[in-house]
Amino acid sequence: MLKGKAFKFGGGISTDHITPGRLAHLRSDLPKLAKHVLEDADPTFASRVKKGDFVVAGSNFGLGSSREHAPLVIKMSGVSAVLAKSVARIFFRNAINLGLPVLTCDTDGINDGDELEVDLAGGTVNDISNGKKLTFGKLPDVMLKILGEGGLLPYIQKHGDFKL
Amino acid sequence: MGKTLAEKILTQKSAGDACAGDIVISRVDLAFVQDTTGPLTVRQFQAGKFERLADPERTALFFDHAAPSPNRQLSNDHQLLRQFAKDMGCLKYDVGSGVCHQIVAEALAKPGDVVVGSDSHTVTAGALGAFATGMGSSDVAIIFALGKTWLRVPESIRVNITGRFKTNVGAKDLVLYLIGSIGADGATYKALEFGGKGLKNLTMSDRFTVANMAVEAGAKVGLFPSDEVTQAYLKAQGRGKDFQPLAADKDANYEKTIDIDLGRLEPMVAKPHQVDNVARAKELKGTKIQQVFIGTCTNGRLEDLAIAAAILKGKKHHPDTRLVVAPASPKVLLEAIAAGYIKTLLEAGAVILPPGCGACLGLHQGILGDGEACLSTANRNFKGRMGNPEAFIYLASPATAATSAVTGEITDPGEVS
Repeated sequence: MLKGKAFKFGGGISTDHITPGRLAHLRSDLPKLAKHVLEDADPTFASRVKKGDFVVAGSNFGLGSSREHAPLVIKMSGVSAVLAKSVARIFFRNAINLGLPVLTCDTDGINDGDELEVDLAGGTVNDISNGKKLTFGKLPDVMLKILGEGGLLPYIQKHGDFKL
Repeated sequence: MGKTLAEKILTQKSAGDACAGDIVISRVDLAFVQDTTGPLTVRQFQAGKFERLADPERTALFFDHAAPSPNRQLSNDHQLLRQFAKDMGCLKYDVGSGVCHQIVAEALAKPGDVVVGSDSHTVTAGALGAFATGMGSSDVAIIFALGKTWLRVPESIRVNITGRFKTNVGAKDLVLYLIGSIGADGATYKALEFGGKGLKNLTMSDRFTVANMAVEAGAKVGLFPSDEVTQAYLKAQGRGKDFQPLAADKDANYEKTIDIDLGRLEPMVAKPHQVDNVARAKELKGTKIQQVFIGTCTNGRLEDLAIAAAILKGKKHHPDTRLVVAPASPKVLLEAIAAGYIKTLLEAGAVILPPGCGACLGLHQGILGDGEACLSTANRNFKGRMGNPEAFIYLASPATAATSAVTGEITDPGEVS
């Protein structure tokens, strides 16, 4: 069971909001880069987020670039899962490859600052602050297998190949 | 039931029959990274303790986002990539070689290939009939090592093209119109497949522009059939032998069909801060712009510079508007010099940047000031994209961009010429 606070964002949060090109020089210094996570969407996020918290967003989260640094700095900030109405393709794949769960559900009922409990196996989100319960879509099997090993690299190291 | 182009290519590259919705393990014919995604790819490859590449001849490293490097950190990243290329014996396109997608188009991708790059605009090569898609550093590190990847065979949306562009209207207007119609997530996880009688009126340069922006509608790939236009292009690149005809079956199954008559399109502009926030250029008349940027993998080709030069011939850019031009490759630059376009652009007051990506993603060269607006021929106008979250980016065609550079405000090229 994952527990933490919701940080609510709107729709159309791009990889440029998460980790913009002007910070490309920090991509080999990840702790420094992570201090700027989601800076162009909410400059206070990086200083407020705590281990276990959730990024909760509208539709098409993570659109744009293939930069894996986007889910990487979100994971490094302590976020335990991203909840969004929908997720852009490359971001989705990158997040799972890094072992960061991305869950699609109707996030409209979740407010900024709500305390959430997420049951990854059961597929439910419990909003403790307002008593609402949500279900999220099951990940495709192939992604569940990769996520189950903690990401793509550990998956390939264990199996030596794609065993899907 | 017949097959879409996506199904056809993935059937050929995977064991068995690939149908929309299937998960397949596909061979990858060309894998590449650029200098801002490559270092993480190299580190993931090394963390996986892989010792060699599956196919060094079909593995490429591009130095284009920071070309040349503006700072010490990126220079060090370049060193890491150079050493990796040396150790692994793969293809290396160092600083000065141009934008990765342009080089992939000119020299590397061919019809029927599966191409994966750690750059979202890898979809550009879909114009050649290649299943070309962007992935992150980890996925590409594994492709470097194993020569294959997993893919969900996408459902396809057919875009049925008819007619012919009016004067001052082009491929950028077509793709902005399409994205405006279906939305920035209108094709998420899907293939956009272009077809129809009007396709013969789209040059290869037009097709690259359209395929390039498929990802701005969320698409996994933007596929064009490989036809006589493709053949002529490959022949002109000295790659005639890379041609094979390729088209979707007539009875292929599409999720839906979108009809677009090229003759009905008008100059379009995407407003800040989303690519699907599209309006007709006319509607934005009077919007002042402090910079015009012509270039990128979307519109930095010879044909784009020709359009800009024709409009700017004998004119100067507006005193309150800077004009920045970045040809997509050295080949484009050389041909533009030979054709006199560069002279024309310089005489119009343009800054000519080296071939590369820096300005488009706000890494360096042409970064905007607070409150400034830029009219750009690039593919993205996200907040912060050109180096400043307090700036505003509008996207348009080279014709609209060049015209607006003269007037200093967003201008439909038809209203001037």
